[in-house]
Amino acid sequence: MNTPNTPDGSYSASNEVTQVKARRSVLQNIWRTLKTAPPTAWFGMIVITLYLTVALFAPLLAPHGQAQVFTMAYAPWSDEFLLGTDALGRDVFSRLIYGARNTIGIAVATTLLAFLIGGSLGLMAAISRNWLDQVLSRFVDVLMAIPSLIFALMLLSIFGSSAINLIFIIAVLDATRVFRLTRAVALNVVVMDYVEAAKLRGEGLVWIMRREILPNIMPPLVAEFGLRFCFVFLTIAALSFLGVGIQPPTADWGSMVRENAGLIQFAEYDLTAALTPMIPAAAIALLTVAVNFVVDWFLHQTSGLRDEH
Amino acid sequence: MSTDNVLLTMRDVRIDGYSDDRWHHIIKGVDVTLKRGEILGLIGESGAGKSTLGLAAMGFARPGCKIVGGSIEFDGIDLLGLSSAELRRLHGSRIAYVAQSAAASFNPAHRLLDQTIESTVAHGIADLETAKQDAIELYRDLQLPDPENIGQRYPHQVSGGQLQRVMTAMAMSSRPDLIIFDEPTTALDVTTQVEVLTAMRTIVEKYNTAAIYITHDLAVVAQMADDIKVLRYGETVEDAPTREMISSPKAAYTQSLWAVRALAKPPQPALDTILEINQVHASYGKSVKVLNDITIKVPRGQTLAVVGESGSGKSTAARVITGLLPQLEGEILFNGSALPRALKNRSKQQLQSIQMIYQMADTAMNPRHTVRDIIGRPLNFYLGLTGAAQDQRIMQLLQLIELDESFLDRYPDELSGGQKQRICIARALAAEPELIICDEVTSALDQIVQEGILKLLLRLQKELGITYIFITHDIATVRAIADQVVVMFQGKVVEQGGKEEIFTPPYPAYTELLLSSVPEMDPDWLTQLQQQRAEAEA
Repeated sequence: MNTPNTPDGSYSASNEVTQVKARRSVLQNIWRTLKTAPPTAWFGMIVITLYLTVALFAPLLAPHGQAQVFTMAYAPWSDEFLLGTDALGRDVFSRLIYGARNTIGIAVATTLLAFLIGGSLGLMAAISRNWLDQVLSRFVDVLMAIPSLIFALMLLSIFGSSAINLIFIIAVLDATRVFRLTRAVALNVVVMDYVEAAKLRGEGLVWIMRREILPNIMPPLVAEFGLRFCFVFLTIAALSFLGVGIQPPTADWGSMVRENAGLIQFAEYDLTAALTPMIPAAAIALLTVAVNFVVDWFLHQTSGLRDEH
Repeated sequence: MSTDNVLLTMRDVRIDGYSDDRWHHIIKGVDVTLKRGEILGLIGESGAGKSTLGLAAMGFARPGCKIVGGSIEFDGIDLLGLSSAELRRLHGSRIAYVAQSAAASFNPAHRLLDQTIESTVAHGIADLETAKQDAIELYRDLQLPDPENIGQRYPHQVSGGQLQRVMTAMAMSSRPDLIIFDEPTTALDVTTQVEVLTAMRTIVEKYNTAAIYITHDLAVVAQMADDIKVLRYGETVEDAPTREMISSPKAAYTQSLWAVRALAKPPQPALDTILEINQVHASYGKSVKVLNDITIKVPRGQTLAVVGESGSGKSTAARVITGLLPQLEGEILFNGSALPRALKNRSKQQLQSIQMIYQMADTAMNPRHTVRDIIGRPLNFYLGLTGAAQDQRIMQLLQLIELDESFLDRYPDELSGGQKQRICIARALAAEPELIICDEVTSALDQIVQEGILKLLLRLQKELGITYIFITHDIATVRAIADQVVVMFQGKVVEQGGKEEIFTPPYPAYTELLLSSVPEMDPDWLTQLQQQRAEAEA
């Protein structure tokens, strides 16, 4: 190790010893992190990638259209209809593929909106810490006191269950959780001297939010994004199962389970028929588990709670 | 072994630490010999390895560190050969540890007495009742107020100095043979430090306990230790009995350790006033009055030092000047015109002309911004500089603070403590201010780095004519940098005047207490002070 002294013996500030991390490109960093990922995380990432591929290329992968009606209702599994057809004679396999696109798409849009609303309000509340914080926090407390599924059902029956309404209502209800988390983690950053320094400089609220605080609270927010996505996804599936979610003829896993639920009673005659409603349910479960695996790993990576031994 | 009464022998101890994907040598072969009842002072700057060595004396290595060589023998036991369960039995019974931050080491949910005796009872050294009686006895020895009942309080109900003494009681409760004190008074005010030092010394002498006293303050260690070992970069620089070390330090590095104490700014004639604080009152919330009728005048182009212990209101004064805490009464005149009370009512130009530098450079810079972002922002914000013009100005500023362009794209955690503080200074300078408020800017830094920062600030003042308000509790720093001094106590101004005037007797009672509490390099200083204060009381 070298000393902070120059050859002539005088003190020099720039020679003080510090460790400068190697500069790596973003790709190199991602690769370094991926190399250490445990098998569960790999499993999760592969599953998520598969789902996304299916969702993106649904029209290319599906043998039939999602609303295309064939003459044969309740057709058994066959080469033409891989998973049979439903009560109206629509191909279940094609609807499963389109369902990925619709369900995941709406869930992602809803989660993004929830973060936009909850995140920005949470940051604002944390920075201002005055009446605005009080008003927002108490309002959120009130919203959270009402069971969200029942509340969503009520709102959907008031406003009608279109996809747009669905996204907005669930986003607002989930934004309450995002608000709480953002506010809590931002409060730890707001008290830092560098935020005070920015205020003293005369910086505006948006700049402080975006440049000083947001970069420092990203890890918990990203993890929460994964978890929140799972909950939104499950809520939408549940609402669809109850018949107020995504409306027919749009294919969606929740409503597919409901539409074909009656087939379970035929298990003793045709096992494959009974499996038909299970498959969209399994698709929902698998994605939720996969996202959770990845979030777990990510949290472990960023929390710093690693055993150094 | 026991013939020469040696308690602890460390031979050629080497410790490695893991960081940034590599193992680094932290301790590179250090020998320590400690006799029963002796106190060894370990001194050095941060990163010298003194805490690591102190922990190694317990046979312990922090997570991320490992002891790779040498031998550590405690009272005939080879510590490196023990299992972790055996080591645990030794810790807290025969070897104890007193940490720097007492507040962080106590569990806020339990009473002090229960925590004091916990390890003694757990190790089966004494039963509950005996341990409790003994703890009260120790509290009395440590001159804690109301020793019978103080143990019933919770950690937040006592002051920092009292908490540090309770921690000493906790360490003493098992009557260990060896105590490691790791910077126990660094976080305390000078006036409190004296009390804690006295109490610690008394109790260690009374029970004839051997101790390793870790600190970066040579004057403090001079009061406590029989021998002093100076460490740097994990190696021994110098090793000598205290008196010898103080009177004739051999190594150049040891001499440089008290360089700040030699700095002294020559007095300068007073000029016109840049900032005037007139009869200002301020408080947090409605009840607690923190500033009570403060009147301070700041001369242009000079340094005004505000001294006082924590809670005296000196940082609050800074918050009022910057507008973070609007005053309740009184006015603040800047260049003759009144500053609006609240931050949001001040113009950009008013904000620009008063800048602030913080004590903890770590928290004063956003860890996700590079040096370029940090210095560039005020340039862009106040002066509208962008692109190449901005980069050029950043370079000039870096040169001004004696750093070079290789720092441009570094993040704060890639800078040393001194470099961080320099970047903070550059950020303040970037705004081209008339007045900079420095809030304890050197108190978190090592002596040699402190000297560098103070010299830099003095040079900048000479070249750019900036006025400083320098908030500090360190009298040596005041001597080094101030022209004018304000002494504050409990939200009031005790005294204001030229440096010479303040530091010449007769003093008001509080100034006297403050000045006399600053440790001096003389090993007999604490003993003499104790006698003087005892006589004064009698």
